[in-house]
Amino acid sequence: MSETNGKTVVISATDLTKRFGDFIAVNAITFEVHAGEIFGFLGANGAGKTTAMRMLCGLSRPSAGRATIAGYDVYTQTEKIKKNIGYMSQRFSLYEDLTVSENIRFFGGIYGLSDKLLKEKQQALLETLGMQEMATKLVGSLPLGWKQKLAFSVAIIHEPEIVFLDEPTGGVDPMTRRQFWSMIYDAAARGITVFVTTHYMDEAEYCDRISMMVDGEIKALDSPAMLKKEYGVESMDEVFYLLARGAKRNDG
Amino acid sequence: MNGIILENISKTYEKGTVLAVDKVSFDVRPGELFGLIGPDGAGKTSIFRILVTLLLPDSGTATVCGQDVVKNFKILRSKIGYMPGRFSLYQDLTVEENLRFFATVFKTSIAANYDLIKEIYVQLEPFKDRRAGKLSGGMKQKLALCCALIHRPEVLFLDEPTTGVDVVSRREFWEMLGRLKQEGITILVSTPYMDEATQCERIALIQSGSLMSIDPPGQIIDQFPEPLFAIKGDNMGALLVDLKKSPLLSGCNAFGDYHHITFKGDSASQKAHLLQQLSINHHQDVELKQIQPTIEDCFIRLMEQTKANV
Amino acid sequence: MLQFLAFVKKEFYHVFRDKKTLLMLFGVPVMQIILFGFALTNEIKNSGMLICDQARDVASERIISSFRASKQFEIKVFTDDPGTIESAFRRGNISIALIFPPHFADDLAHQKKGQIRIIADASDPNTATTLTGYASRIIGEYQASLMGLNTLPYQINTEIRMYYNPELNSTVNFVPGVMALILLLICVMMTSVSIVREKETGTMEVLLVSPFNPFLVIISKAIPYLALSLVNLTIILLLSVYVLQMPVNGSLLLLYAVSTLFIITALSLGLLISNSTDSQQAAMLIALMGMMVPTILFTGFMFPLENMPYALQLIANIIPSKWYYIIVKAIMVKGLGISAIWREVMVLAGMTVLLLLINYKKFKIRLA
Repeated sequence: MSETNGKTVVISATDLTKRFGDFIAVNAITFEVHAGEIFGFLGANGAGKTTAMRMLCGLSRPSAGRATIAGYDVYTQTEKIKKNIGYMSQRFSLYEDLTVSENIRFFGGIYGLSDKLLKEKQQALLETLGMQEMATKLVGSLPLGWKQKLAFSVAIIHEPEIVFLDEPTGGVDPMTRRQFWSMIYDAAARGITVFVTTHYMDEAEYCDRISMMVDGEIKALDSPAMLKKEYGVESMDEVFYLLARGAKRNDG
Repeated sequence: MNGIILENISKTYEKGTVLAVDKVSFDVRPGELFGLIGPDGAGKTSIFRILVTLLLPDSGTATVCGQDVVKNFKILRSKIGYMPGRFSLYQDLTVEENLRFFATVFKTSIAANYDLIKEIYVQLEPFKDRRAGKLSGGMKQKLALCCALIHRPEVLFLDEPTTGVDVVSRREFWEMLGRLKQEGITILVSTPYMDEATQCERIALIQSGSLMSIDPPGQIIDQFPEPLFAIKGDNMGALLVDLKKSPLLSGCNAFGDYHHITFKGDSASQKAHLLQQLSINHHQDVELKQIQPTIEDCFIRLMEQTKANV
Repeated sequence: MLQFLAFVKKEFYHVFRDKKTLLMLFGVPVMQIILFGFALTNEIKNSGMLICDQARDVASERIISSFRASKQFEIKVFTDDPGTIESAFRRGNISIALIFPPHFADDLAHQKKGQIRIIADASDPNTATTLTGYASRIIGEYQASLMGLNTLPYQINTEIRMYYNPELNSTVNFVPGVMALILLLICVMMTSVSIVREKETGTMEVLLVSPFNPFLVIISKAIPYLALSLVNLTIILLLSVYVLQMPVNGSLLLLYAVSTLFIITALSLGLLISNSTDSQQAAMLIALMGMMVPTILFTGFMFPLENMPYALQLIANIIPSKWYYIIVKAIMVKGLGISAIWREVMVLAGMTVLLLLINYKKFKIRLA
């Protein structure tokens, strides 16, 4: 992997583009994410965030441009990419009709963990979350907050280089949200790079750096503090509002 | 009068094993803009469905516009407007077709109450021949609102109308609600976004099926028991860890660019103590200031209290 | 009333804007008719035949030319060596062999006895029986022509007439069956899916919280499918008459009337399914598996009901398409009128009323 300013680059995108017929969903975006960073990938609905994330996860083939994830090329090495990343979204995380431990064993198996390692990890995971008594409960019966925390832990059970989080805290109560973010902090401290999208602007503040997509392009890329200074406002909410207001793709 | 009254409403699912709503009572005054604030699973949607006559409560009574929601549901179904959680209009009909359809269903026409929806509809008008499924999130929501208003309801029920919608549209939506309030329509809105709470006249904070507080937002904030402080430093992650360990603090929560803390004893004297401790632990650029609590601070505090009481 | 029409109009929009489903709605019946009419028949035609003619005389030539002229057989192998017969069967392109002994005509003339051997491939016993039957008939005709010259002391003339279907055309069996199958499938599946879709997308919630009687919502959904089914029926009839050469011998008006009744029965079934499930997938599965399989088995056009054990015949009585099949055959093939089928029509009508009543009682005016 390459280095920039002494920091290892784990995600690198240059002029990454995705076209659907005449419609350019993602228009030549260029950015880098460094190891151990918490990188916020923001943008309004329809701005192209999800499409961009899909390309980075190796789920969608770019129309043009280059990108490497954990050093692997998104065109030719998608299987290697998938082995080295974790993924969690708001819509789907775990199987509702399997128990907690069944889910852990299943996903651990998919990520290629040996039985011995899996057993250790499962034990540690349940302890950290305080869920030892819930190991045999069906995931569907858990409250949303527990589900999301469990899903996150499972997404990083194989200690991937990067974990992609797609609006992980939507609709969750404020306390659980904070617990979730302290889990994210712990993961980042262990060296896992976190690539997260969110609609909560206060969560944007927890990120080391933010990028904002508007109409398929990256219109801002910097730390929250620098962005607030640049736009002369007090909160990320305001930054977002200023940048999103001029968007054409919000209308209809 | 067009108010809403709930008395000890309870609702269970799965043959009584899941308690979704636990003896909830509150009232919404005629013409009020009332917010039901709480996360997913708190019971908001169940309460809404009971009030719009779609679900029967297990126990308790509720009236809307003076009519019992169970016995007089037929009357109510022509007096209220309802916007359920997800986008629930016809994706393959155009904007105009959807509107005209709902107008007909409510035995009225678009023209009859056009003045009520005009300000919202003018934004949709350029797209009136577009299929509703092809609109953006914010536009869909505006259309749904128009369809809920087309018959000039006495009470408007909006269940999480801003979820999944971008920041700009969310702001515009609340501005529209403010204008509607002036027409005398009673509005009950639910939302998981705490920052929207301040736009309501009164709010009820709900968690796990029970209400934690019912008051105007300002009063809830005033009821926050201690002074609240915001603190930041050069390494927020490490700062949070140290703050949580500090014996001087009674509470500490991350809040984006600042952490919010409350002191155990008298804050005036403890402040300096804390700053000293932090500099010993090599925290630089520490900034500490008193702030007014937000609804989210209050919500968390109430959650912690409820947990302690259990 | 105005609202009801608004609903119906909306439903027509939904149907016509869903191009894929529309294609299926009209494409499937056409495809089925063509398939059943041409490709899949119970009749046997062009079966491979081997003729081993060791006689090569006048008699064998006469018989062989009758076989050559028949549609059922296609002479693929012509030999005079009986030893090649077994390997010919093994190769698989012949299903029946006809063997004439040497001196066949001589034996007939002098000993008044002729021996022809017929060997059939009985790995499919039904086909073998039919083929040997055909072959025997053709030979029997030759025999009859011989006998015209000599008379027996007693003669029994059996005159065989095939009523309603002299050409033994199997389409006559299939077309009414396919009609029943298609109408049932379309009405049941489409209606149930359409209603459940409203539940799934959440529009049903909004409709319930309106002054409109929700039961009328359901009825309004049935109307476009009623209209479409009648159009489909017309297409099927046109195909049957002009492409498959199967005429409608009875009253067209009566046919449409009973078909409308059957459509309403099917629509009520669709409604019942939609009331019981909340997902489109489940609705489709129940419609396909729960409806199609019993319909194919118990209507009586694929497998004769009379051949089934009594218990299954009783079960068949609750399948609406069984009754419709009888009625349609009566009208289309036999050209009969209402006096002949009123009992079956009553049964169908009774089923419909019962279904509608159940639906009315079960219909939920709330979500739970």
